[in-house]
Amino acid sequence: MSLPHWDVVVIGGGPAGMAAASEARAEGAERVLVIERNTEAGGILPQCVHNGFGLRVFGSDLTGPEYASRWLRRAEMAQVEFMLQSMVLEINADRRVLVSGAGKLHELSAGALVLATGCRERPRGALNIAGSRPAGILTAGTAQRLVNIEGYMPGKRYVILGSGDIGMIMARRLTLAGAQVLAMAEVLPYVSGLRRNLVQCVHDFDIPLHTSTTVTRTIGRERLEAVELCAVDQHWQPLCETARTIACDTLLLSVGLLPEIELARMAHVGLDPLTGGARVDESLQTSVPGVFAAGNMVHVYDLVDAVTESALRAGRQAARYVLGNRLTTAVTPQTIELGVNIHHVVPQVLHLTPELDELVIELRVRSPIEQPVRVEFLADGERVVSQRLRYARPSEMIVLTLKPDEIACLQRAEHLSVNCRPWES
Amino acid sequence: MAETREIICVTCPMGCTVQATVENGEVCDARGQACKRGVAFAREELLDPRRMLTATVALKGGVLRRSPVRSERPLPKAMLLRAAEVLRSVTLQAPVAQGQVVVADILGSGVDIIASRDIAAEVLS
Ligand SMILES: Cc1cc2nc3c(=O)[nH]c(=O)nc-3n(C[C@H](O)[C@H](O)[C@H](O)COP(=O)(O)OP(=O)(O)OC[C@H]3O[C@@H](n4cnc5c(N)ncnc54)[C@H](O)[C@@H]3O)c2cc1C
Ligand code: SF4
Repeated sequence: MSLPHWDVVVIGGGPAGMAAASEARAEGAERVLVIERNTEAGGILPQCVHNGFGLRVFGSDLTGPEYASRWLRRAEMAQVEFMLQSMVLEINADRRVLVSGAGKLHELSAGALVLATGCRERPRGALNIAGSRPAGILTAGTAQRLVNIEGYMPGKRYVILGSGDIGMIMARRLTLAGAQVLAMAEVLPYVSGLRRNLVQCVHDFDIPLHTSTTVTRTIGRERLEAVELCAVDQHWQPLCETARTIACDTLLLSVGLLPEIELARMAHVGLDPLTGGARVDESLQTSVPGVFAAGNMVHVYDLVDAVTESALRAGRQAARYVLGNRLTTAVTPQTIELGVNIHHVVPQVLHLTPELDELVIELRVRSPIEQPVRVEFLADGERVVSQRLRYARPSEMIVLTLKPDEIACLQRAEHLSVNCRPWES
Repeated sequence: MAETREIICVTCPMGCTVQATVENGEVCDARGQACKRGVAFAREELLDPRRMLTATVALKGGVLRRSPVRSERPLPKAMLLRAAEVLRSVTLQAPVAQGQVVVADILGSGVDIIASRDIAAEVLS
């Protein structure tokens, strides 16, 4: 029996999935399907009710729901089909997909697969906090869903651990909803989210921010009653003499996001321990031919606009793969080496085929440099692209876009690498 | 007397630090911004600081329990908490259309609070 077949199947209906699917249609793929486990498409966006989305892609300052509805309209105009309330349980390297939906299990096959499963929040288990497990400890994203979607306030007096963007945004949201945010603790000496969120979510509402500080203990048996805060030294070791307790009923964790890679693992997609996501090449293809990856399951982006832009490339390349317009199996993949102060780079590998006409390199630095820097891409030690930035911070992704003549310079190189260091005067 | 203030522009995610020099209640010099919107922001921030307000309000009869809302334009910063308090006592009735006015001219600011998404009415079975 032959399985229902789709040219491109996209798993996950968030911003990455909607952009990849729309673009796959635009590039000529006939039948494109998005499978989404929620009751509506949009991914995490419906709960992100704040603004700041779409400045790059649409040139306007939209809220999460507004950004999602624009992409949903685009996808529908492009005749992308959606299978909602359907959870993908399994995929394999032959691009067969097992879905559970409408009370049934069904299987389908795809010419190309795009994994757009997003990310999840780092849970408490990943942290080292003493104390029992009272109620009132949850991730910032869970609190965001409760407050903005379910209409339920998880507490009245909050402490937030971590200064990621979701934590800062929730500090403001909870304050506006009438709750008290008593402290935000960040183990690093600097805030880990965007500076605009520091200003408009933390400073604007006089939220007490403690850097180089962490939560060392939770107090309370059934319900959280207080947390203990401690300053830390440069090795993150708590300085016990600084310990103090703050009475509160809820602790929010905003300590990072991890790519959602369970399905990728099943298909034996190669992973990058530095990003926690799929290893991809220049077309966002994973180590498994015909399986592409988009959005936060590749690496965690700081902006939805950047998710959309990279997902458009993934969708376009997935369509080209199905239509037989670009085969990368003929060339040997080249790894991009991580040079000075580079934490990770996406794509990790390049297939430098003669048809390659677009190349975008996304990277994050390891340590902040608060002075002008040079970000450079080298081929056999020769500088192919160089960009001057006013500073480099781990919280802000850096993008290098190569032009066709610059891509041509890479063709016969044996070593490719990236560096980011202070601008030499 | 001229005074220099450091202002972080929140217009876009770059978050530039603008060094604004103020003399006689006017911004006479600005440095550090990557684009000219930074100058406009610094001026507004010093003379009449404003922010967008986003929140959710209660919803009855819809497929969701909350309706996300936003200010149509930025509101005076000093009004945010009071405006949010007003929104805590608002209940909308589904269906809701994106852009629909939820509270007109909130607190006499001249700015409307509008719905930021469509929400269908619940189908009763
Ligand atoms: C709580 C939270 C808050 C965030 N807030 C912001 C913010 O304010 N601003 C910002 O720029 N970024 C924010 N982000 C980052 C945000 O995730 C990305 O910007 C963007 O939403 C990523 O898009 P995506 O499509 O990759 O993932 P998502 O938006 O996460 O979409 C992934 C989709 O895949 C679906 N899915 C996953 N697995 C399966 C499966 N097996 N079967 C079927 N469907 C599946 C999920 O249901 C989901 O709809 C936030 C992230 C989180 C977790
Ligand atoms: S000055 Fe321009 S680039 Fe800098 S934060 Fe403001 S709007 Fe963005």
